[in-house]
Amino acid sequence: MIKTSVNLAGVELKNPVMTASGTFGSGMEYSEFVDLNRLGAVVTKGVANVPWPGNPTPRVTETTGGMLNAIGLQNPGIDVFCRRDLPFLKKFDTKIIVNVCGKTAEDYCEVVERLGDEPVDLLEINVSCPNVKEGGIAFGQNPKALEQITREVKKYAKQPVIMKLSPNVTDITEMARAAEAGGADVLSLINTLTGMKIDIHRRTFALANKTGGMSGPAVKPIAVRMVYQVANAVKLPIIGMGGIATAEDALEFIMAGATAVSVGTANFYNPYATVEIADGIEKFMKEQKTEDISELIGAVK
Amino acid sequence: MSKKVKKSLKIVSQEKIAEDIYSMWLQADEIADNAKAGQFLSLYTRDGSKLLPRPISICEIDRENRRIRLVYRVTGKGTGTEGFSRLHSGVALEVLGPLGNGFPLEEAKGKRVFLMGGGIGIPPMLETAKELDAEKTAVLGYRDELFLDDEFKNYAKVYVSTENGSAGTKGNVLDAVRENGLDADVIFACGPAPMLRAIKAYALEKGIPCWISMEERMACGIGACLACVCQSSEIDEHSQVHNKRVCKDGPVFLSTEVEL
Ligand SMILES: Cc1cc2nc3c(=O)[nH]c(=O)nc-3n(C[C@H](O)[C@H](O)[C@H](O)COP(=O)(O)OP(=O)(O)OC[C@H]3O[C@@H](n4cnc5c(N)ncnc54)[C@H](O)[C@@H]3O)c2cc1C
Ligand code: FES
Repeated sequence: MIKTSVNLAGVELKNPVMTASGTFGSGMEYSEFVDLNRLGAVVTKGVANVPWPGNPTPRVTETTGGMLNAIGLQNPGIDVFCRRDLPFLKKFDTKIIVNVCGKTAEDYCEVVERLGDEPVDLLEINVSCPNVKEGGIAFGQNPKALEQITREVKKYAKQPVIMKLSPNVTDITEMARAAEAGGADVLSLINTLTGMKIDIHRRTFALANKTGGMSGPAVKPIAVRMVYQVANAVKLPIIGMGGIATAEDALEFIMAGATAVSVGTANFYNPYATVEIADGIEKFMKEQKTEDISELIGAVK
Repeated sequence: MSKKVKKSLKIVSQEKIAEDIYSMWLQADEIADNAKAGQFLSLYTRDGSKLLPRPISICEIDRENRRIRLVYRVTGKGTGTEGFSRLHSGVALEVLGPLGNGFPLEEAKGKRVFLMGGGIGIPPMLETAKELDAEKTAVLGYRDELFLDDEFKNYAKVYVSTENGSAGTKGNVLDAVRENGLDADVIFACGPAPMLRAIKAYALEKGIPCWISMEERMACGIGACLACVCQSSEIDEHSQVHNKRVCKDGPVFLSTEVEL
């Protein structure tokens, strides 16, 4: 019997494969393509205390081997989310991770507190979205602010807290240590890399927001490097992400030190990607005669 | 509800029908069985560096042979659509579909209907014309060179406009309507935003319902990523803000539901 289950701050996932926030909605649309019961966890689109309209369009643009997005965390607000999205996800045998966004520390804490009584397994705090002006990234690019917001959120959180780190910093290990010092239970990385594309024919920015977050296979080597660095800097479990499209990609992250992995942009061009990756990891373990996935986590020193 | 799948479809045939305009038939099997007029397919390139889908409207459905026809414009050098134009029959293409809602044909049943298409917004009006049981007038707007206009003649009375006046009325589709003294009870339209804006205003003035097919940049194509939103007049039930998803709630909207 092969053991693919992993443990994140006391929460047992049947396998390490989860979705990356913002690419999978609350799973409803993708449930037409994949059996959500097969996933370790579903990570929802970021949700705030009130509905957010997001940014003007164009919100996405293609880049070589990747894409830029500036959705701006459009979301229906915590009330509708709890009434509609959570009951849907609850029907599946998968862990539920809610991504939380806000403009102020109070916003984050309000959502976190509200989720305390809901059937949610883990909270992922989005302090690294490059596409919203206030809050978001402001907390994620300064170690002091990150430690502070982590500590605040932990006061209100009933579930274990994942802090999602931005790669748009000089030294990601410094941020990882700050989150750890603030009491984070798990770290997830990387959020998107800030980028820009210019439409030379129209002499304008390709995105209405001017800048966007880059994701997709083109960013994977940067993400693997950062996961490796963070894994060697802190004791917390890590959720690795950034351009994962295949089981081989996922295994790179795991060997670099990630306990679990998130699949994001790949869902857009392969809606079956998550389950294919879960299957692929199991197949690799069989071929390699690996009995427990924990043997692979951080296997590369 | 139509069931969506992503799969590899064989190209049955492909031909160039005008400058930069290509017509392609795909062996679509269950995607053809489930497809409706006004829906679209997401096409994926064979180039690993171009990840995002190219949304292309369904131009025709051959239900008997389970095939779908797409008519698309090559938008420039090195683009995904240029890549598609180079593919020969027998080659496979990755497709996700059928996507979106389609035109509400029942709303026009038995009525006098305008099927208005502008440029590369013309193709989806062909299957719509074919399936619609109504008194149909197709008003087709081109920049210059005509395409598909002959095929519309099998299903509708056809009027054309061209920007340079080389065929039909000089001007746009509404100029053709005025010049020919045309009238309708319902409008179905697809085309560039300025054209849709003018048609929406025309429908409001005439007090007739009008459905328009909109365009926006997409990533998932199925309603999950919120890339493709348009502005809605009222707070949308799903989003809880003034945004609707073109890929899932559309691409066809009642013109008064959306801000253009
Ligand atoms: C619902 C819908 C139906 C459409 N139906 C047709 C059709 O029947 N025939 C046709 O020729 N065109 C249609 N279009 C427009 C078509 O999607 C774009 O022309 C095409 O995606 C351009 O891709 P490219 O590879 O040529 O350009 P690239 O520059 O290589 O495209 C880069 C990226 O931008 C996106 N993009 C570029 N232009 C557009 C656009 N106008 N709309 C949406 N995304 C765009 C592409 O999908 C791709 O992800 C439709 C668009 C939508 C939204
Ligand atoms: S393209 Fe993702 S929601 Fe429409």
